[in-house]
Amino acid sequence: MFFTTVILAIREIRRHLLRSFLTVLGIVIGVAAVVTMVTLGQGATAAVTEQISSLGANILQIRPGQGFGRGGGGAQAPDFDMGDVDAIQQQIAGVRAVAPQAQSSALAVRNAANWQTTVAGTTSQFFVAQQWELTDGRIWTPAEEQAGKAVCIIGNTVRQNLFPRTDPVGQRFRVRDVACEVIGTLASRGQGGFQDQDDTVIMPIKAVQRRFTGNRDIRFIMVAVDEAYETSSVQASIEQLLRQRRNIGPGEQDNFNIFDTRQISETLQGTTRILTAVMGAVAAVSLIVGGIGIMNIMLVSVTERTREIGIRLAIGAVAGEVLMQFLVEAVVLACLGGLIGLVLALVATLIMAPLIQVPFLFDPQINLVAFSVSALIGIVFGYFPARRAASLNPIDALRHE
Amino acid sequence: MAADPIIQLRGVTKTYGAGATAFQALKGIDLHVEAGDFVAVMGPSGSGKSTAMNILGCLDVPTGGSFRFKGVSVERLDRDQRALLRRRYLGFVFQGFNLLARTSALENVELPLLYRGEDKAKRRELAMAALDKVGLTQWWDHTPAELSGGQQQRVAIARAIVTSPDVLLADEPTGNLDTRTSVEIMELLTGLNRDAGITVLMVTHEPEMAEYARTIVHFRDGLVEKVEQVGAGVPA
Repeated sequence: MFFTTVILAIREIRRHLLRSFLTVLGIVIGVAAVVTMVTLGQGATAAVTEQISSLGANILQIRPGQGFGRGGGGAQAPDFDMGDVDAIQQQIAGVRAVAPQAQSSALAVRNAANWQTTVAGTTSQFFVAQQWELTDGRIWTPAEEQAGKAVCIIGNTVRQNLFPRTDPVGQRFRVRDVACEVIGTLASRGQGGFQDQDDTVIMPIKAVQRRFTGNRDIRFIMVAVDEAYETSSVQASIEQLLRQRRNIGPGEQDNFNIFDTRQISETLQGTTRILTAVMGAVAAVSLIVGGIGIMNIMLVSVTERTREIGIRLAIGAVAGEVLMQFLVEAVVLACLGGLIGLVLALVATLIMAPLIQVPFLFDPQINLVAFSVSALIGIVFGYFPARRAASLNPIDALRHE
Repeated sequence: MAADPIIQLRGVTKTYGAGATAFQALKGIDLHVEAGDFVAVMGPSGSGKSTAMNILGCLDVPTGGSFRFKGVSVERLDRDQRALLRRRYLGFVFQGFNLLARTSALENVELPLLYRGEDKAKRRELAMAALDKVGLTQWWDHTPAELSGGQQQRVAIARAIVTSPDVLLADEPTGNLDTRTSVEIMELLTGLNRDAGITVLMVTHEPEMAEYARTIVHFRDGLVEKVEQVGAGVPA
């Protein structure tokens, strides 16, 4: 009997194709909007996660001041020096690599080509900490590092702009006024965080300090934590050590900050997740509106089909059967709308994902949930009209014009 | 059991509304209909014949008195029980045909079988047989809009008899038809009464249609005025 009712409902829907389509338009749009939003949102979350993890896993970033690059605690927070770097390396357990960094932005020039880039001075530990490999050439020797020789390893973006057609290794170019020799090229990393990681020239730190920044300060220390150790406990030990070295008394605030990349990653993931949820919720409102649309048309339909209901009751349909008929009709309609919505969402996400540069991730769960919700809406908003149809008096219904 | 009348009304009253605006449509009806009879119900508008037919069709319940259908006290049944009674034993033919629009003749005739839970093959078989009885086999896939009034009424009759009911209730079945078509319909009903043994209860305004019946019941002012035996009489 239930199967028959479904067949009857489909027959009834086919008989009023345009009206049926208009009825479920709200559901179609609602489901499509929810699924598209959530799918794209999840793609964005995945993209952010991937970008952050490209910065390196289990990395602690240490900067002077509180927050990003701002001096905190009244006076300008002092930068670090090599002593801090060595101390971390030697005194803290669970440190895989410590890389200091001194940066300056500079214009790189080769022949007629020039390119504004970032010059980063560091030690060979940088490549260990970042697990960043060279595609060609070599890392500087300890002797070159000690002497602060002007040798450099260039990122892919710099390479493409300055050495578009030639092999850069062994070539020379100028960075600001410094002539430097290319000894290696870095594997491409793409966008990391919010900047192009490949747009960089890396030199021994002493070379950068001497020729670019003009002091021995270190603005940034990167610590790679050994997998076997808890990042947070290593972070705590480093904090303690640096407080000591920087003579911060008890009760005083740190004048430096340590960031866990995983923490940043989690924070960003949380943010995109919330955004996804909010957008999904907004879209869900249209689903509710779609449900009201179904109720509207079903109520009109009950009025319009009063005589039909009368006939059915007269020939022996019990109230439950009439109720079931209209309810099933509403649910079948809603489900059809849901299905169309899912197809629409699939098409929309496939088109939009490359446009907004997020990966397309098909999530069966959200599709299933959206479909179930549309079926549920069919039940909820179909019930009232169906009950109205079932409670009609057959005599009055038959007399209805 | 065979001696019992299929329909037995005793002192049936029906009052609409309550208090000062109450209107008594039936003021105490006594009526017996034997199985296999062909009864025409006549009377002016407002005489209570429609109300009586609604009660006889188990669509409505009397306010007072008793209505026994095949020995069952209908006034004690609830809405759904009466629906099941209609489904099992009654067939309806209306003045306005009351077919489902945009629905083929066959599907219209199949409708009561759906509520009986018959499977598709059985529904088709029975519905085609019923259409054959009313002479519309070749029109099975036509919608009501594509059929003449007489053909529509035949489809309605096929729908009413497809379940092999005991009683066929016809509410002015020829009211919307011309004389020639009316005669065809009356001959069809007479044939069904004679050959299939279906008890027919028919409301009509037209005396010439009532002449096809064996028994004519005259209503006036909510009472049965007289009962005439006109045909071959009640079969034993």
